[in-house]
Amino acid sequence: MNNYSREQFDVLVVGGGPAGIAAAVRAAESGVRVGVVDENVVPGGQIWRGGPSEGPHSSDASSWLLRLKKAGVIVLCGKRVFHHPEAGVIMAEGLDDVWELSYRNLVLATGARERFLPFPGWTLPNVMGAGGLQALVKSGLPAQGKRVVVAGTGPLLLAVAAYLRQHGAEIPLICEQTSWRRLARFGMSLMSHPGKITQGLQLKRDIAGVPFEANSWIIAAHGEKALEGVTVSHAGRTGVIKCDYLACGFHLVPNTELAILLGCRTRNGYVQVNDLQQTTVEGILCAGEPTGIGGVDLALIEGQIAGLAATGRTSEAQALFPKRERFRRFARLLDATFCLRSELRSLPSPDTLICRCEDVPYSRLREHTSWRSAKLHTRCGMGPCQGRICGPATQFLFKWNPDSVRPPLFPARVELLAAQPQSIPEVTGEIQ
Amino acid sequence: MSKETYDVVIVGAGIVGAACADVFATRGLRVVVVDRDVVGSGATAAGMGHIVVMDDSDAQFALTNYSQRLWHELRPDLPEDVEYEQSGTIWVGADEEEMAEVHRKREYYQKRGVAVEVMDVCHLKEAEPNLRDGLAGGLLVPGDAVLYPPCAARFLITRAQQRGAKLRLGASVVQISEGSVRLSDGQEVAGGIIVNAAGANAAELTAGIDVKKRKGHLVITDRYPGFLRHQLVELGYLKSAHSVSRDSVAFNVQPRRTGQILIGSSRQYGAEHKEVDQVMLARMVRRAQEYMPALGSMSAVRVWTGFRAATPDKLPLIGPCPGYKSVFLATGHEGLGITTSLGTAKLLVDQVTGSKPEIAVEPYLPSRTAKEYAHA
Amino acid sequence: MPSEFTVRVNGALVSVSAGATVAVAMVIAGQPCRNSVMGEPRGPLCGMGICFECRAVVNGIPHSRTCQLLCEPDMEVKTDE
Repeated sequence: MNNYSREQFDVLVVGGGPAGIAAAVRAAESGVRVGVVDENVVPGGQIWRGGPSEGPHSSDASSWLLRLKKAGVIVLCGKRVFHHPEAGVIMAEGLDDVWELSYRNLVLATGARERFLPFPGWTLPNVMGAGGLQALVKSGLPAQGKRVVVAGTGPLLLAVAAYLRQHGAEIPLICEQTSWRRLARFGMSLMSHPGKITQGLQLKRDIAGVPFEANSWIIAAHGEKALEGVTVSHAGRTGVIKCDYLACGFHLVPNTELAILLGCRTRNGYVQVNDLQQTTVEGILCAGEPTGIGGVDLALIEGQIAGLAATGRTSEAQALFPKRERFRRFARLLDATFCLRSELRSLPSPDTLICRCEDVPYSRLREHTSWRSAKLHTRCGMGPCQGRICGPATQFLFKWNPDSVRPPLFPARVELLAAQPQSIPEVTGEIQ
Repeated sequence: MSKETYDVVIVGAGIVGAACADVFATRGLRVVVVDRDVVGSGATAAGMGHIVVMDDSDAQFALTNYSQRLWHELRPDLPEDVEYEQSGTIWVGADEEEMAEVHRKREYYQKRGVAVEVMDVCHLKEAEPNLRDGLAGGLLVPGDAVLYPPCAARFLITRAQQRGAKLRLGASVVQISEGSVRLSDGQEVAGGIIVNAAGANAAELTAGIDVKKRKGHLVITDRYPGFLRHQLVELGYLKSAHSVSRDSVAFNVQPRRTGQILIGSSRQYGAEHKEVDQVMLARMVRRAQEYMPALGSMSAVRVWTGFRAATPDKLPLIGPCPGYKSVFLATGHEGLGITTSLGTAKLLVDQVTGSKPEIAVEPYLPSRTAKEYAHA
Repeated sequence: MPSEFTVRVNGALVSVSAGATVAVAMVIAGQPCRNSVMGEPRGPLCGMGICFECRAVVNGIPHSRTCQLLCEPDMEVKTDE
């Protein structure tokens, strides 16, 4: 096997986004050995993702990334955690290397992914996630002169529209499925989050003049070999818009798979933590989106609390509780504002594919009563994404609960499964 | 509380329970199948789905050969999603000693009318170019097949339902007694006969039967169409698979119709938890790589475990349960449950209805182990 | 590495900037990353290595996640069948 390495940490952080960076920085203040493992090329997570066409990061991002650099933290980028071979050890795969990482304390800062909901045509090339298209543009896809419809729900839509516009895209429409009434209530509640208002105003300037509709969603995407246009529903009427890309996302789903594999309990789809961000498994903490979708500010606070708690600085962690409570209120506000309307459940037609890995259509899933039954009998969720896309979709469509998580956490090279952690004695004797 | 009454209550909707339901319903009996989970969710979901003729003992050969014939007959009726492919098995011989076993096996199969073909090393390499160099040859059994077991179980259950059978899923049986079973919610379901087809859990419901859990691991890869054409099993498999006390691994790979490759196999006693056991997984994968080095760089999508229902003499328990009048057993199929499910169902229904079975039932009667106990 | 270079996508040359991912090259080329189980063309969806829709054959290696892989000069990329 190529390049097998071992590292031991007092505090190991999985995920190099805001929560992970904050946890690592605060933990390293105690002088212990701290590591961060992240699958991306550079730290920053999805929200602070850099790339060739990127200007400087926001000031928050720059200062935290600088602090990380100075903290003496070992940062392993481009390594994806895929296995938990025994207690106190996780394994990560790089392009041509594999790492056995042992820890005393583990901080899970695995972030979130976009929620996708199926509608006819959603599998066409150039129908992408809102964050997905943004990530592609950040990594070099030219947006200049492209027509992009932005649709779905959540604050990410506006940020993405603004970003794409800055990069020369034309945005014919932003469709937000939630109602004006909810948005108005959200706007009023923002009064108690001044920081968010400033961000909001900046966004508003960035997307000035872009048509925005609430109570509006995509009912179909059209095209021969790739996307050519979309049909939009708005206030009971439908219309067709030609476009090059559809950037479509329905808020976020927490990445809880690693936590579940490690045996941490979840509640309502989120990793259960106490005040100190400790999970139900001793020595494992969790911060940021997996404990509740709350955005970057909450992630930074939770990450700090986790980093402090992991190094025994309980009172310093406690001092951050009030701030966290404020940001949690904002998270609850997000949930209430952008909850999904039931009409979206009726978008798939019988032949709309729900599981994109295995091409399982809606009609074959309808007859099943549970995720497990559908999985076994239709292969839904059995492909390489391991249900990360169709799982949350079927949860919304059919109210199914995804079942257990199995290794490897992500598809990994077969030979890596043969790796034996140092603490497990090599078995002697014959094979047969 | 009102009591539901049937002619036959089958506990377990795995492939064995499903096959029994199908045959009982065909004979016009009123059948109910009860399972705590969904159809085909135990060993049926965990296993490979290899329809294979085996010759570890004459009795094992008789049952697997009979069952394979039944699968061949069923083939035209199987829906697409069962993914039945007659890919054949190649028993891979690594050295001259194993080639001696190839020849012994050929003679045994041929004498009993099973088509086989000895492959020399060139022929083997041509048939499976991704095997490593330096192997000795193999034995091709072209009649063997592969299928996707959960959908096969579902097909059998659905056919039984079309013939009037009832299916109760999510109903956990906590006790089997004379003429009835009790569910976890306290409800009783009564039947003229009760069939314990609960696989590796059968002993939890019928005390005194010697069925133990034998844990196995499997890996499935992403799609690599054309990489593998036959089910390949190392000939050491016979020794390792039937070593009844030691943990073991063997090279055993299966091509799925999807182009995915199933990589096995491992056998463990006394491991009751479902979690992946890293030591066994590592040994199993290394063994597979020894035979097929290119497997190592493939993308593994999933690893899982399951429990085989193992008996001391490596033969299933099919027939009346000693000490009961109405309780029958259909369990203990170890790693051959998918193959032998169809034969099991026929032999069981023949015993219940007093028909003449096509093969002798004596080697599989549960009373045989009871006798062994008496002598022990 | 030069700041601009070419990679080959299904035989055609595509010019990309250093730091561009292979998924980007495929979208610029207008080529599907993979054909699905039923033969539908597919392109990137999530852009962050989760959805596996952007799998393609990169320098002969099938099922490579192109949104997580940077372009290199003279890379040979093909739609994953």
